[in-house]
Amino acid sequence: MSDNAGIKILICQGTGGISAGAKQVEAEFTRLIAEKGIVAQVGKRCDVVKTGCRGLCANDVLVDVITPELGRITYDFVVPEDVAAILDQHIVANEVIEKKKAKAYYNTFVDQQMRVVMTGCGQIDPERLDAYLEEDGFKAIEKCVKEMKPAEVIDEVKKSGLRGRGGGGFPTGMKWSFCAASPGNHKYLICNADEGDPGAFMDRSILEGDPYCVIEGMMIAAYAIGCDAGYVYVRAEYPLAIDRLQKALDTCYEKGYLGKNIQGWGFDFDMRIKKGAGAFVCGEETALMASIEGERGMPRPRPPFPAVKGLWGFPTNINNVETFANVRHIINKGSDWYASLGTDTTKGTKIFAVTGKVKHTGLVEVPAGMSVRDVIYQVCGGIANNRKFKAVQAGGPSGGCIPAEVLDTPVDYDSLIKAGAMMGSGGLVVMDETTCMVDVARFFLTFTKMESCGKCVPCRIGLKAMLDILERITEGRGEMSDIDTLLEMGATIKKASLCGLGQTAPNPILSTVKYFRHEYEAHIQDKRCPSNSCKELLLWQVVPEKCVKCGACLRACPSNAIKWEKGEVAELIKENCTKCKSCYDACRFMAIE
Amino acid sequence: MSNAPAEEIAAEEIDLTEANEIIDKYLTLPGNLMPVLQGIQDAYGFVPKPTIDLVAERLNVYPSQIYGVLTFYAQFHLKPRGKFIIRVCVGTACHVQGAERITETFFGRLGIGHAETTEDLRYTFEKVACLGACGMAPLAMVNDDTYGKMTVQKVDEIIETYNARPMK
Repeated sequence: MSDNAGIKILICQGTGGISAGAKQVEAEFTRLIAEKGIVAQVGKRCDVVKTGCRGLCANDVLVDVITPELGRITYDFVVPEDVAAILDQHIVANEVIEKKKAKAYYNTFVDQQMRVVMTGCGQIDPERLDAYLEEDGFKAIEKCVKEMKPAEVIDEVKKSGLRGRGGGGFPTGMKWSFCAASPGNHKYLICNADEGDPGAFMDRSILEGDPYCVIEGMMIAAYAIGCDAGYVYVRAEYPLAIDRLQKALDTCYEKGYLGKNIQGWGFDFDMRIKKGAGAFVCGEETALMASIEGERGMPRPRPPFPAVKGLWGFPTNINNVETFANVRHIINKGSDWYASLGTDTTKGTKIFAVTGKVKHTGLVEVPAGMSVRDVIYQVCGGIANNRKFKAVQAGGPSGGCIPAEVLDTPVDYDSLIKAGAMMGSGGLVVMDETTCMVDVARFFLTFTKMESCGKCVPCRIGLKAMLDILERITEGRGEMSDIDTLLEMGATIKKASLCGLGQTAPNPILSTVKYFRHEYEAHIQDKRCPSNSCKELLLWQVVPEKCVKCGACLRACPSNAIKWEKGEVAELIKENCTKCKSCYDACRFMAIE
Repeated sequence: MSNAPAEEIAAEEIDLTEANEIIDKYLTLPGNLMPVLQGIQDAYGFVPKPTIDLVAERLNVYPSQIYGVLTFYAQFHLKPRGKFIIRVCVGTACHVQGAERITETFFGRLGIGHAETTEDLRYTFEKVACLGACGMAPLAMVNDDTYGKMTVQKVDEIIETYNARPMK
């Protein structure tokens, strides 16, 4: 690096970063750089760059400082008060502040990953087109339009082995070829950014951190299929993603990267955002199209498939955000390179949102085929609070729970399905011994029941009936025959429902019964919740033998229900207790049950 | 039917200028019903009855169809909402981290349940499926301010903060 190279201060500003106070940190940097005359002092430019999500949301605000002398150093948990020290010590005096530097686990977290789709996220300013162009932006679409025929582009994607990252895992190239083969000159392209799965947020982070790469992916798909208009359907709960994508679209139109005769290449493509309005079922492609048309977002039976008759009756191709974000890398680096990553049946990388009772929650991108165990223990540091691992829920409400016995399952589409879960959108919610599996099943069913559009009977009535049974069990009024009823109903609903929501909604129940049947039985026969989670079945008392007299429960209790003095075993006063479980969660020694 | 004079229903006094402007903006766009309703909701805070009649007339759709759309999506509201909208995320990550006790504490402190508004129009409470900041779970939002790593104690702090804010 030459001496004239500037200094870069990268501040993580995804939704996670902003909620941790990234805006204030940025303002403080800008203010102090000007006030202290830092630029003049060090004789270099100091650029403050706001970037998208860097993955380790639990440690926000993350600030990376890149200087020619010290290279790249990451600071975590930065607050505005730290800014002056970073400027004085690190940038002016060229000394790393060891105390504030992210600890070794941050490097483990980063080094264990393989970033392809998320290369731009956390590195570039998502609101500057130039930043994207510097990273070879729009080179892939230029190569497609100038050097390749549409059929060659589809072939390249087919050869790469890319499968749909929305969760279904249908081969992308094949999907494109169906729509390309449909007759007609007017076709639609839709990007599904209705990421409704609770526990998954990679689509949001991509849109927030690198919106141009999604636009470019869509342009390539549009060229390959022959679409002239595109929609990005974003859920309304993601205001920042909508805002950044809209800015990116406006800039593209302004600079001639969208619209008629893009960059003089003789290729037309128009794009706009369609805001969702809070309905989970709209992630289903036929429901999504109904929503764009301005109707209630209800699915319809297939065939006809969208590739033949989709939006407003025209042939339509729908892919997920992460799928589109992969495309430009396949074109730039070639299908052979892409196919060399991952496993035989799942190529490339996959982003997982690892959350729950794990030490380092966040977004991780790893080559497909890494084992679930490695993702949780190697990359994310294992279980928090020294507790024991119980299960990991993969794939959101459509997925299932994987117990400790099958932790070595590789993360690819087929292995996960074999283990009773699915890739889904890539949410991994880690659960420890304090999580009750019956309660988790009830939770997902409450969600899917509420979000069922009500069009078909198995989903509308069946889910309600199953939920009633689960509620009875968690309240201690279950019967042994309930388990068989649940299994039977689950199988029927899966078979008979109209769309993906109903077809997958029973999965959390089926997988928890399969692996955690003993917990169901404990609830029904012993009227006991083994994880001390179901309110109605709890006694709430301190176990004197386990209590280490630390007083953590007292500090957590909001209603004066704990009596504790230094060196004494805590006592729980039942009259004051609201059963809020704060003490239970605070106790690291499982001394309250 | 009785012979008593029909009860005079006071027409809701509402300025429709803004609604008309929103309709003008989307008039020629295909699939314009949702963006129009979203615009109205942004402008008025909810979707008032007179605007529904207006939309029906100007976009040439049945009011029943509009109600169908309004009641299907969680983000449309037919009643006025509080000045401070409290949203508690009850997604999976938040659920396993104890979102339930956060919602229940809010219920207890505010005396309202899910999707309800306090009488003084200060607070509306909502459980939402996933706000997508799972790393900060459990999560609450008040209007645009995000509160991560929520605890029961923080509930009281939040309510105190917003009780102190002026209504206008």
